[in-house]
Amino acid sequence: MELSNDVYIIGAGETKFGELWDKSLRDLAVEAGLEAIKDANIYSKDLQMLYASNSLAGTINEQSNIAALAADFSGIAENHVPAVRVEASTASGGAAVREAYLAIKSGEYDVVMVGGVEKMTDIYGTEIIDVQSSILDREWESFNGATPAAMAAIAARRYMHDFNVEREAISMVAVNDHANASLNPDAQYRNKITVDQVLNSDPVAEPLNVFDCSPITDGASAIILASEGFVKKNRIDGVRILSSAMAEDYLALHSRKSIYTLESTKIATEEALKKAGIKREDVSFLELNDSYSIYGLLELEDMGFAEKGKAKDLVYDDIKLNGRLPVNPSGGLKAKGNPLGATGVSQFFEAYLQLKGKAGQRQVKDARYALLHNMAGTGATSVVHVVGE
Amino acid sequence: MGQLSRFWRESEHRYRLLGSKCGNCGTVYFPPREVCPTCHRDSIGKMKDIELSGDGVIESFTVVHEAPPRFSRQRPYILALIKTEEGPMLTGQIVDADPDEVEIGKKVHAVFRRMGEDGESGVIVYGYKFVLD
Ligand SMILES: [Zn+2]
Repeated sequence: MELSNDVYIIGAGETKFGELWDKSLRDLAVEAGLEAIKDANIYSKDLQMLYASNSLAGTINEQSNIAALAADFSGIAENHVPAVRVEASTASGGAAVREAYLAIKSGEYDVVMVGGVEKMTDIYGTEIIDVQSSILDREWESFNGATPAAMAAIAARRYMHDFNVEREAISMVAVNDHANASLNPDAQYRNKITVDQVLNSDPVAEPLNVFDCSPITDGASAIILASEGFVKKNRIDGVRILSSAMAEDYLALHSRKSIYTLESTKIATEEALKKAGIKREDVSFLELNDSYSIYGLLELEDMGFAEKGKAKDLVYDDIKLNGRLPVNPSGGLKAKGNPLGATGVSQFFEAYLQLKGKAGQRQVKDARYALLHNMAGTGATSVVHVVGE
Repeated sequence: MGQLSRFWRESEHRYRLLGSKCGNCGTVYFPPREVCPTCHRDSIGKMKDIELSGDGVIESFTVVHEAPPRFSRQRPYILALIKTEEGPMLTGQIVDADPDEVEIGKKVHAVFRRMGEDGESGVIVYGYKFVLD
């Protein structure tokens, strides 16, 4: 086995995202996985390692040991391919791809699968809000009634107050997601929405409304990664992962230096761009972890595309599919959907399609480099990758 | 789900707003920490308990409408980040106030309140909430 310099995506698959009552956790994982294997034109037994990304199945589905389950029902139990689950809350997907990337970089493996899955509708009513709140600091945040939406709302209110940002600008992130998702057949919501609809939707945690929040989603995404050696030997036209970076911050929002600065995102982005050797102006499009619309603005700023308080200047036109800096061509977390453990992997699915020119109606023109941002909680973890041709 | 950890009932830090002060650099932390994120190993064994006054200022807040089951009877409730007089910020509810009265920058102080119980007739857990000054 030779030491691999570069890591390529050679196949990708995903299920439809949505409330998929007729499919189980294992159905979804297998469907996405097999599609990726087919797309990569390999056999399941060719896999040398499987990374399963999942955030909350232990609680929602009362199923742990997800990696073994995925391997088993992909039909490779007798091939004894090693498998492990990667959990980094809502950044599990990005973290799992990063582990796979590092494993290939190290020279240990040539062909690795990353599968992300979450089946969120297996739990009833408001119980899901409680389970989602476990991604915060349970003892000092959720204990007092904090939810992920509430913490995003607290950041939003202070941000609007300090920088005189209009509520409308925050809505534009969701409006853009829905416009793009209308062109994505896998998306949970394919309807376009207006700023007024966002502003008039039911309040979740003021000032954020239902249309500012990513939905409850079932879904799975999978990608196959391969070493430079494997790609060259088999003459595969893959998409290259140019760099991978990850950073942490305080878990609780109240411990951060600033409640609207995502320090982990700042650091991971800087490192990812530096390692990839590209500049911000080289980026063809962004996939952002906009679980709540406000994060779309904060991420644009902390990733260095706008000064603090100024992302409002980008969200009306620049972030559109045909704009200067397309954001979330997939439809993003708001409209494509947010199946926690699958979300980060699904960003790679989108990048793979876009960079191969196979994104159909939502194709970004001349797509060369994608910057993918996956985040956990209120910014406790950020994973950033650069993917390119 | 969402039950209160048995350990948390024993938290005198929550009951008395006990934070910790780094004996090396003097920074006060709440929730309490075993190690100072600035001084690292130089702070080990030097973190001292310090009782917060409970006085603070509203850094930001939200009115929560969609809540977990344990909080559903309180809906809508006001959740805030409070910047305490001693420095650290904490997350807590603002009670006995109308949402219209709450504003960024207003002064609050901590009150001792019931936070919930384990089951129908379970052990009651107490903690801090805040009221406007
Ligand atoms: Zn210190």
